[in-house]
Formats: sequence, C-alpha cells, structure tokens
Amino acid sequence: MKATSGYALALGQALLCLALAPGLIGLIRWLKARMQNRRGAPVWQPYLELRKLLAKETVVSTNASWLFRLAPYVVLTSTLGVVLLLPVLAVPLPLDAVGDLLVVVYLLLLGTFFLALAGLDPGSPFGGMGSSREMTVAALAEPTIAVAMFALALGAGSTNLGEIVARAMARPAEAVSPGYLLAFTALFIVTLAETGRLPVDNPATHLELTMIHEALLLEYSGRYLALIEWAAALKLLVFFTLMANLFVPWGVAVHLGAGALLLAGVSYVAKLAALAAVVAVFETRVAKLRLFRVPELLSVSFVLALLAITASFLSR
Amino acid sequence: MAATLFAVMVGAYGAGAAAALLGGSHRAGRTLSTAGAVTGAVAGLLLGLQALASGVVWTFAAPDLVGLAGGIVLRLDALGAFFLALVGMVAAPAALYGVGYSAGYAGRYSLRGLGVALNLFLLATSLVPLADNVVTFLLAWEGMSLTSYFLVLTDHEDPETVRAGNWYLGMTQVGLAFLLAAFLGLGAGAPSLDFVDLRAAAGGLSETARGAVFALALVGFGSKAGLIPLHVWLPRAHPAAPSHVSALMSGVMIKLGIYGLLRVGLDLLGGGPPWWGVLLIVLGAGSAVLGVLYALMEDDIKRLLAYSSVENVGMITLGTGAGFLFQSLAMPGPAALALAAALYHALNHAAFKGLLFLGAGSVLHATGTRNMNRHGGLIRRLPWTGPCFLLGAVAISGLPPLNGFFSEWLLFQSLLPGIGVASPVVAVLMVLALGMLALTAGLAAAAFAKAFGITFLALPRSDAAAEAHEAPVSMRAGMVALAAACLVLAAGALPVLATAGVVAAGLLGLSAEPPTFALWLSFRTPAGLARMSPPAVIIGLVGGLAIVWLVVRALASRRPLRFADTWGCGRVGQSPRMEYTATAYAEPLRRVFSAVYRPSEDVTVDHHPESHYFVQAIAYRASILPWFERYLYEPVLGFIARWGRRALALQSGSVHAYLAYVVGALVILLGVLMVIGAP
Amino acid sequence: MLLFAKMLKVGLVSVPIGPPAPGEEDVVHLVREVDAESRRLFGRALAIREVDAGSCNGCEIEISGLTGPVYDSERFGIHFVASPRHADLLLVTGPVTRNMEVPLRKTYEATPAPKLVVAVGDCARTCGVFQGSYAVVGSVDRVIPVDVFVDGCPPEPAQILRGILTALRRPLRA
Repeated sequence: MKATSGYALALGQALLCLALAPGLIGLIRWLKARMQNRRGAPVWQPYLELRKLLAKETVVSTNASWLFRLAPYVVLTSTLGVVLLLPVLAVPLPLDAVGDLLVVVYLLLLGTFFLALAGLDPGSPFGGMGSSREMTVAALAEPTIAVAMFALALGAGSTNLGEIVARAMARPAEAVSPGYLLAFTALFIVTLAETGRLPVDNPATHLELTMIHEALLLEYSGRYLALIEWAAALKLLVFFTLMANLFVPWGVAVHLGAGALLLAGVSYVAKLAALAAVVAVFETRVAKLRLFRVPELLSVSFVLALLAITASFLSR
Repeated sequence: MAATLFAVMVGAYGAGAAAALLGGSHRAGRTLSTAGAVTGAVAGLLLGLQALASGVVWTFAAPDLVGLAGGIVLRLDALGAFFLALVGMVAAPAALYGVGYSAGYAGRYSLRGLGVALNLFLLATSLVPLADNVVTFLLAWEGMSLTSYFLVLTDHEDPETVRAGNWYLGMTQVGLAFLLAAFLGLGAGAPSLDFVDLRAAAGGLSETARGAVFALALVGFGSKAGLIPLHVWLPRAHPAAPSHVSALMSGVMIKLGIYGLLRVGLDLLGGGPPWWGVLLIVLGAGSAVLGVLYALMEDDIKRLLAYSSVENVGMITLGTGAGFLFQSLAMPGPAALALAAALYHALNHAAFKGLLFLGAGSVLHATGTRNMNRHGGLIRRLPWTGPCFLLGAVAISGLPPLNGFFSEWLLFQSLLPGIGVASPVVAVLMVLALGMLALTAGLAAAAFAKAFGITFLALPRSDAAAEAHEAPVSMRAGMVALAAACLVLAAGALPVLATAGVVAAGLLGLSAEPPTFALWLSFRTPAGLARMSPPAVIIGLVGGLAIVWLVVRALASRRPLRFADTWGCGRVGQSPRMEYTATAYAEPLRRVFSAVYRPSEDVTVDHHPESHYFVQAIAYRASILPWFERYLYEPVLGFIARWGRRALALQSGSVHAYLAYVVGALVILLGVLMVIGAP
Repeated sequence: MLLFAKMLKVGLVSVPIGPPAPGEEDVVHLVREVDAESRRLFGRALAIREVDAGSCNGCEIEISGLTGPVYDSERFGIHFVASPRHADLLLVTGPVTRNMEVPLRKTYEATPAPKLVVAVGDCARTCGVFQGSYAVVGSVDRVIPVDVFVDGCPPEPAQILRGILTALRRPLRA
C-alpha cells in the first residue's frame, strides 16, 4: 500500500483508538453495573467525566516539582506512541518499520516510570506506596510480556506486529495451537496486572492501603487528571488490541479499500466489546488478591509464557 | 596523524602528572594537571575515532624501552580504537569534573597525589587497548590497577575506605596472577610473546589447553569486569573512591575486562567450543539479575550505582557470550549482531554510568552523605544535577528515546536467533536468558525510580539536604558533557552501531562490511527478524509531547494553576518523616525475592521508663544475607589464614632450622635433577 | 453459575428518585442557588467526596446505600472518589467536632473549583443531639460554605440523592 495513505491510516487509527478508549472503560463499568442489578451510568459516561475534568481548576502541591507537571504529558504521549505502532485496522503499515513489540513494551514502561516518579514528588506517603507497588508489579510483569511476545515472534519469524498478524491470518490453525493459547492466557493475566484491574488492583477502591495505580493519582486534579485517566483507558485499549488482533486477527484489512476498512472497524469494535465482557464478568466474579499474592499470580503467568515459547519452538 | 595524536595523548598525560607532582598543592598546578588530563583524553578519543573512521591500523614499537620479552609494542586496530574512544569519551568530562570535586579534599588530603595518580591512571587505561604484546599489556594493566588503588585510597582517613582498598588490591592481584598464567599458557608454543605470534600459535594448542587458557583469562578479566562471583570489590571500591574516579572505574575500567575477554577469546584464540559461550551467557545472566537485585536493596547511592554496574556488565557479557556461542555454531551473522550489541551497550553504559556517578558525586558534595534516606527535595536545590541524573536514570532503565533502550533492544534481538538453533539446550538457555534480561530491565527501572525519586523528589529528609547548594561550574560542565554524550549516542544510534558492527565483524574474521546493517531509517537484523527506527522513535516522542501539550492548552480550562498543600487526609502538618524512604521503596521486592536475599529484620522498641504503654523510640534494622562473602570468600580467606598460621611454625627463628631447610631443598632438587636427567 | 443465574432472575431493581410525596415534609433545604456554569459542568458527571466531620456514622450507612443497586447514584453520573482533588461535591456529615474542624476546612481547600457542598443530617445543620457539647464547633456552614442541607436523623438515601440532584437542578421524576 502507498506510503502516504498508509501514514494517514496510521494517524486515523490512532485517533480512533484515542476516541474509543474512554468508551471501553464505560462499557466495562456499564456491564458490571448491570451484573450488580442496577442501571449504572451510560456507556459514554467517561467522555462526560473527561470533559468536566478539563474544565476544572488544576491544583498542584507546593512540594511538587516540574516533574509532577510533566509526567501526565509523558504518560499520554508514550501511550499514544504505542497506539501508532499497533495493527488496529490494517496491516502492514509503514510505521511497522519504526517499532515492534519491544518498542511497545518499553514505551509502556516509560509511562509507568514517570507516573511512579510523579507519585513520589508531592511527598505524600500514599504516593510513595503507590509508586513502590506500581514499579514492583511492572518489574515482575516484564519477563512475562517479553517471553510471551517472543513466543509469538518465534512463530512469525519477526517481532514486528504487522508480520505476526499476517502470519496468524495466513495459518488459521495456529490460532488454536498450544503455543498461542498459552501465550494468550499469560498475556491476559499481564493485562489485568498492568492496567490495574481486579484481581490485582481495584480501580474503584477508596482504601488507600489497597491501591496500586490509584494511589499515584490522588494528588492530580483538573487537566492532569484528565490526561492520566485517558492514558490509563488507552493502555487498556492497547492491551485489548494486542490480545484481539495478534491472536484473533481475522477482520483486519490487508488492503486499503473502503469496504475492507469498514469491516475491519466493525470487527475491531466487536472484539473489544467481547474482551470487555470477559473482563467485566471476571471482575465481578473474583475478589482482589492480597498484594503479596500478586507475585505468585505473575509467576504463574511467567511459567505459562515459558510453556508457550517451548510449545512454539517444538511445533515449528 | 595517528602518531601525532598518540604523542599528544601521552605527552598531555605525562605533562599533567608532572604538573600535579610539581605544583599540585597550588591552584595553577591543579589546573595544569587537569588540563593535561582533559587534553590527553580528547586526544585519545580523537585517535580512536580517527582509527575507526579510516580503518587504518597504526603500529608503534619500542622494543628497547623495557628490557624484556619484546618491549613496548602498540597496535591500534578497530577493537582497540573502539575502547580507546570509550575511554576518552568518559575521561574528559570526568577529569573536568574533578577540578571542582577535588577542591573538597584540599587541606585534608594530598591533591598532588590525586593529580599524579589520575593522569597515570588515564595513561595506563589508554594503553591497555593499544597493547600488542604480553609485556605491554600486563604493564599497562597493572599500572591501571595500582594507580586506581591509590585513587580509591584518596579518602584514607575513613576505615571503610581502607578496607575497600584492601579488597580491591587483593582482587586485582589475584586477577593479575590468573592473567599471567593465561598468557603464559597461550605463549607456550609461540616464538615470542607478541600478539601476532600468539594468534598464529593458538591454533596449534590442544583443546584442553585452549579451554584452560580461556578459563584462566575469564577469571582474570571477569574479576576486573565485575562478573559474579568475582564482583565483591566493586560495591566496596567504587563508593569509596572520589566520584569522578568512580565514574572512570565504573564507566571505563570494567569495560576493559570485556575488552580483554574479546581480545584473548576471539582475537587471539579465535573462538572456541560452544561451552565458552554458554558459560559466558550463564555468568552474564546471573550477574545481571543478581546485580540489579542487590542494587535494589541499597540505601547508599553509590553502592546502588556500583551494583548496577555489575548488572550492566552482566548484560554486556550476555551479548558477548551469545557472540561466542553463535560463532562456535557457525552462525556468523547472529554472532556479529550479538557482539555489536554488546559493544554498543558497553559504550552506552560508559556514558550514562559516568553521568550517574558524577551526579551522585554532586549530591554527595552538596549534602555530605551518600545515604539516600538523608536526601530528598534536591531537584529544586540542584537544578543542574537533577535533570542530568534523571537523564541518566531514564537511559540506564532502558527507556525510549534514550541510548540505553536502543542497546537493550538490540541485545534482545541478538538473542532471538538462538531460539531457532537445533540444539534444545541452547534454545532453552536462550529463552531463559531472554526472560532474565527482561526481568533485569524491569528491576533496573524500579531501582532507578528509587534512586532518583528518593534522592531528588519530595521534601528534604535532613538539614543537609535542605541546605544543599548546586555544584561549581566545572562539575556542572562535566555532567552536561556526559549528558550530551548520551543524547548523541541516542540520536546517532545508527552510525555508532554500524561502527560497532564493523568492529564485531573484524573480530569474527568476516568481511569489513557486515551485511546485517542497512544505513537507513531501520535496523534490519538477520533473517529479516525485526525493524526499528531510532530517529523516528526520538522524533515521535518529543514531537508527540509538544503536540499533546498544545492540544491540552487549547482544550483545557483558562483557570490559573492553584498551589496548595499536599493532600494528607486533612492532617495539620506534613513533615519529611511521613515520606517514603529508600528502604521502604524496595520492601515489596525484598519480600518477593526473599529466597535470594534471606532478609533479617530487627525491631527494638524503647518504652518510656514510667509506663510500658508509651513508646520512646523504635529502631529498625534490616539486613540481607551477603551470599558470596559468607559462602565463598570467608571460607577461602579462612582457609588461607588457617594454613598461614600453621606455616608460622616454620618460622622458628632458629638459624639451625633455616640451614636445615636450605640443605634439604638442595638435596631434593639434586635428586629431582638426577631422576629427570637420567636417560 | 448460581451467581449469574440469580443476576438474571433479579433483574434491575433501581427505584426512581422523585419529588417528596404530597404531605411529606421536604427535608431538602437549598441555601444558595448554584451558578449556571457549575450546573452545566456537573449536570451529567459529578464526583463526590464524603467527609465525616464527627458523625455517629448513621448518615454514612445511608450514604453507602447510594451506590447499591436500589438507589444507584451512578445512573445520574454520580460517582464517589477517594481524594478531594478528584471531587466536585463534598458530602459532609456530622456536627463539626473540634478535631475535625481543620481537616474539614483543608478538605474544602484541597478541592478544585468549582465545588459544591451538601451537608447531610440534622447534625450537619443544627448539631442534632450534640448541640451545646464542648466537643462540637457548630454546624457545617460555620466552617465551610454549604449549598444544600438535607435534614433527617438519618435521612433516607432517596432524600440524600434528591438533595444532590436539587443542587444541580436535575429533573426529578416519580
């Protein structure tokens, strides 16, 4: 496909993801509300909340430095950068040459790093605690992500996302191979850990001692809070997109036709909705784990990832 | 051209040493001595760069300068030039930094000695990559070790420093002994001890001999590099030394251990069986993970940086080991990639570790303590040091868009071809190495979030931190220079990597233009495995940041920013006592990895004398088990001490006994000669 | 699976929040008219931070019913937040005790503008049974400006919700 239209598509994909991300969070909340036998807020509620936050005053702690004010921008920018590299609607994209799975993983770690520093900046003990826990979970999730990604890359012969998607589409039987299934499970557990969903972290908790991600946000208000909430929603979208389009890639367009792109868009939204439903049911069903049980969960996911790469290796 | 630059380099270092010796206690003498060091470093950098650019090998021989085994013979090839440039890159800013830093020692310690030792250290360090025969190499090597010993002992009133110096001296001498044995083993069948002859004769050695030489060299070079279990001197010596010396030792000197491995293992011995690579990979991965785990537990900022050096040396060794392994499995493309990744990471680490040590030195200079639990809020008091240290922390955590990320990306990519190898042992090893590399990267990010966050952010935790002042101009200039070096290495990732590729190809005996790198906006790895564009990542992130900022400015409320107290659940005051400490930050990880740390805690509660219900003071002590010292070094040192005491019995003080020893030895020697001499 | 079967069987149980029945005393007292900008801003998305300024927790138990299936405050776009920095409305209960006077004021200052305050319970307006106690400072509007009072000891969740919606001038339907 032509380069310019490819770049335009990449930009369009990024804007689409940016627009869909709060809706994804809204959908999960709506499903959980319905499962709690109540009406709940409409699916577009997070958009209203973001609009409200942008219009509110921003309050900054006197102890905080310029890093506190820089961090929300870094978090959103790094997550947006990830979205530019993802196969959302079509493959291959010219931006495939810019970055691969490793760039995606480390861009997400960049956001986490700055958010953790911003938690320490105001000098509040909650922020420090959140910062310490967030870095612990991120560090323990790293090996799983890397090995699970390499399980996929091994099969595809490349760590570039476009090529992994292309290969999975070319060989449908791979999608149910043990390597892929194990990698999917490992990635699902890591998604829950990295995006702060139950059972690792409750996104709606008020008890500071149980918070991991939320504790870092306690000092933020106004536009900074809007940026970080949007980035968190976008991160969830990123992980869902990886799970959807790397493992179940059918629907992704291989050429830039209007019909193909429309089909790609519809199938993408459907896959996101399905994953949202799975997460909502899972969150309703399980209770939050004690913090020091989380490493056990992450080591289970690491073992699954190791098994995935072994299975990939053996079935080549 | 090369000869001129070499003469300038040696002359500048010599002049610097002389100026320090003659006028070291006066300001003029110190300035001249530093000028000599900086000039020499810059000349060395240019010499290395020029050799890499032109591809011309320069040689120099002075066989009569030292009256044994061939004298001084120097040769500047691609590998040596790479490491020489590395030395110059870190030495110039560090020497400049030293002007302001060593002013703090004036009156207490001899600045004369510091200046002389620094210049001689830099000279010896620059000569190691140039050495082309065993004598030159060992002279330069030992010169480097001894001068750095004196540099470490600068602050000799502190008993900790003296102990650190003892460990350091012991380890360097043991390493030297192993190196001597390795070189003699290598030179057993060669006509002379020139590297040219050693290279030619290496093919004639038996498999066991080659393996033995490699193992001996690994111990010798590994102890210098800081590979586990020979790393114990690193966390003692690096914090004890003055900060610019720590930067040089961590940034430059330990890389020469890697240089030695490459020179002896690949260049002289020409590579070996797969077990060499496997051993290096195992040691490298182990050093990486253990190094960062110990770094996480440190509250002393320089010890944290020292353990982080162990971690990074582990990563470099991992790449080197992969290179050895692929070469032994006849996979030249992946081998070149792995070696290039290791070299690039070595260069990057030199830059950002040097920067971090200079930053830590600035913090030490400002607050007077290395304990991170006494720091805090320094980002406002030290407006230059803060951003420099942040840059170094982001770089060493391997985060885009800085140079550490590009070299870690490459290390990952270089291990991937190993999974496709037929042998299942190698494949499993590669998978585990990949997992450990990823774990290391995550833990390093946590360690440096701790190092930067606790030291620089929030409120000052002590009066010293509250009254901290920024460093003088020379120190700032040194830090900014190394920060600029990091940025240049990031922006210029492609040319630097291409150069590393040429060096790697030369080591493996491939053609000078390795086919794996295209000088375009991408890295293309063997088998078309992956593509990444460093300039695009950098521009994308920086540009994206600007765009997001502009959009938010347009969309957000016009209300001005309001400053208020930190939200503390409405409590009346906030004191620094309420902040997270360095010990607390790493506590979750201490629990998770308690099998490695075997932590022990001690809580002592002092009650009020009049009532058991009121607490006066609580003391908390936490410690981790020092595995290597307890289970490796103490038994060995204890063994030596015990047998040394028993051997004391020989020193009876009686002349008769000594005469008897002499006669006995003569009789035995004659007997042996008679037995051997008999046909 | 029993859990999901039960969910499907029970269905949606949220009750509508309407104006007070004829003859029922209106416990909601609007102190000041909330400005149009705040009404527009918070009309569909409101974040509430609850502050217990010394209450007996009777009101808290009623407030905790607000997020349950029956009263379901979330359907009006209302959600509870952990930090006043995230909040738009402070829901204050209790007679303000001496020890909670400063924290209450600090909570109010920590909240970004524009902000609203709804004081819940008899204690919040008249100090209730604690009136005249040495440990009490006074009603909430002696410490921070209040927009709506909701009387009751304790008021029902529907009345509390009605108070919040009245502050926003949201329509109430029976």
